[in-house]
Amino acid sequence: MILRLAIASLFARALTVGMTILAIALSVALFLGVEKIRTGAKASFADTISGTDLIVGARSGSVQLLLYSVFRIGNATNNVTWQSYKDISARPEVDWIVPISLGDSHRQFRVMGTSVAFFEHYKYRQGRSLAVADGAILSDLFDTVIGADVAATLEYEIGDPIIVAHGLASFAEHKDQPFRVYGILEKTGTPIDRTVIVSMEAIEAIHVDWQGGAQVQGQATPADELRQMELTPKAITAALVGVKSPLQIFRLQRAINEYGQEPLLAILPGVALQELWGIVGIAETALLGVSFMVVVTALIGMMATIFSSLNERRREMAIFRAMGARPATILSILVLEAVVMAALGVLLGLGLLYLGLFIGQPILDREFGLWLAIDPPSLREVWVMLAVIAAGAIVSMVPAIRAYRLSVADGMVVKT
Amino acid sequence: MTDAVLNLSDVAFGWAGGAAFSLRVADFRVAKGESVLLLGESGSGKSTLLSLICGTIVPDSGRIEIAGQDITELSASKRDKFRAEQIGVIFQQFNLLPFGTVADNIMLPLRFAPARNKQAGDALAKATELCCALGLPDGVTNSKATALSVGQQQRVAVARALIGQPPLIIADEPTSALDANSQAAFLELLFAQVRSNETSLLMVSHDPRLGARFDRVIDMQDIARVERGAA
Repeated sequence: MILRLAIASLFARALTVGMTILAIALSVALFLGVEKIRTGAKASFADTISGTDLIVGARSGSVQLLLYSVFRIGNATNNVTWQSYKDISARPEVDWIVPISLGDSHRQFRVMGTSVAFFEHYKYRQGRSLAVADGAILSDLFDTVIGADVAATLEYEIGDPIIVAHGLASFAEHKDQPFRVYGILEKTGTPIDRTVIVSMEAIEAIHVDWQGGAQVQGQATPADELRQMELTPKAITAALVGVKSPLQIFRLQRAINEYGQEPLLAILPGVALQELWGIVGIAETALLGVSFMVVVTALIGMMATIFSSLNERRREMAIFRAMGARPATILSILVLEAVVMAALGVLLGLGLLYLGLFIGQPILDREFGLWLAIDPPSLREVWVMLAVIAAGAIVSMVPAIRAYRLSVADGMVVKT
Repeated sequence: MTDAVLNLSDVAFGWAGGAAFSLRVADFRVAKGESVLLLGESGSGKSTLLSLICGTIVPDSGRIEIAGQDITELSASKRDKFRAEQIGVIFQQFNLLPFGTVADNIMLPLRFAPARNKQAGDALAKATELCCALGLPDGVTNSKATALSVGQQQRVAVARALIGQPPLIIADEPTSALDANSQAAFLELLFAQVRSNETSLLMVSHDPRLGARFDRVIDMQDIARVERGAA
């Protein structure tokens, strides 16, 4: 009955109590939302590449190589010569190797040159393979396979023409060598969704008539003639490597890093990701710290609400005392109220979080390639919610102790 | 008077500080089933006396026996429990919980008095029975207490004081805000209930016209000595 009376008392102060619960709800939603985005971003990044043992590129930083080769963030400072690529391919530890050539674009999307083997060996999200939703993988020199987001954003269908632009933000286009959409990939939740994939030979072909970043005046080799040409690439941006045995990974990595013909860098994707988390860890901690402070502020707000209601509730407390309630009962009623408010705030916050996830999930995926899974609350999140309720009970002790003292002083004498 | 429900002897209490105040009661008794009207002006120490009897404050010396138990010997929590079980309180403004239903208000004392709660059995049935006896309409127990008329709220306050069948009811100027007709009706109801239960009634008022209904009328000045000034 005391719980029911406490809840009824809260309802009697619906506006201020409602605002307090809303403040707690928003702070909890923010805190859990930051946590979701943090873990979602980590999972999303970690899921982007799976089953690749090494990534090889020109010598730079391991995080930089990971970012430009896998996440299409930033650019390579240098290329890897085709000869180096062939030398690595020929090493006995190599099970498979896939070249990647980046640099051109189509509208706001990156164009990536690779081999057909890419579709076989590139894995994401614990070993899933790329699947074609419509059409097929590369067949002709000027075929493209486009990611799901490219198709959705540009409303492309099989057979639609694609003009590749030279560079990433260039007005110069390879208009004389149009591609056609030959395949559309299923959604992966990785940067592949926002990538236009062409063959390595196609990258070479569209640059046959180009020199120094511009097309040679009056030179336009017909497409049929290009199809007959030897189009071995001169350089690649990076390569994904699969090793025959995990025991050979470090030996191959060392061999590539000590390669004498040109400075190369081989990285383990998982290790580079850890390095990346180390870099962004400070911002992550700061973000969590800010959202934690928001929760603390909301709880202090709740304490202030209870405090401000004490004076007007002295009559109520005196009635309880006259009926035989101990001062400790008065204290427990206030703590109970705070727990109810905090619990309602947490539940509402959880509801707001999932509502936000349902609304924000496709937007985050589309705009940032960040796939947030809508899962039930994790154990950590449950602990966070319980901690907020417990913290609510603890901060309410301050006004509750004040109420205790008031009820001892007032006794059953009702202050009007 | 061996069957005294309330017995104060040599009670002394003082407030310290700027508004120093002391109250002394040499001897004051209320017998079982007796109704006593205690008259006194504002500042005569009525509220302090009621707080002492209810055990929310303790005297510096002396004994306060209620139903044979000296409450000054009890710990604070035991005094609270004793109050819940042995004393029914009716306030000046009735003081019902505005957010509770009629049933919530009537049953409230039982929540703090386990023995009375057990004795009352089905508390809701008991509350409904009391509402019926006090002339409240059927189904009123589920109504919000503040949705009732003033007269109905008075009856709810009486029902709340009576539900645990305490041996002593203390009424703190319950008629002060009522007109003459309402006062008479309220007292009629109250007396009918306390007499049927052989409950002792101690009512505090500053209105001597109410005295005709009571077994005894006592002036605060006759039982208590109040001193003001630096302690």
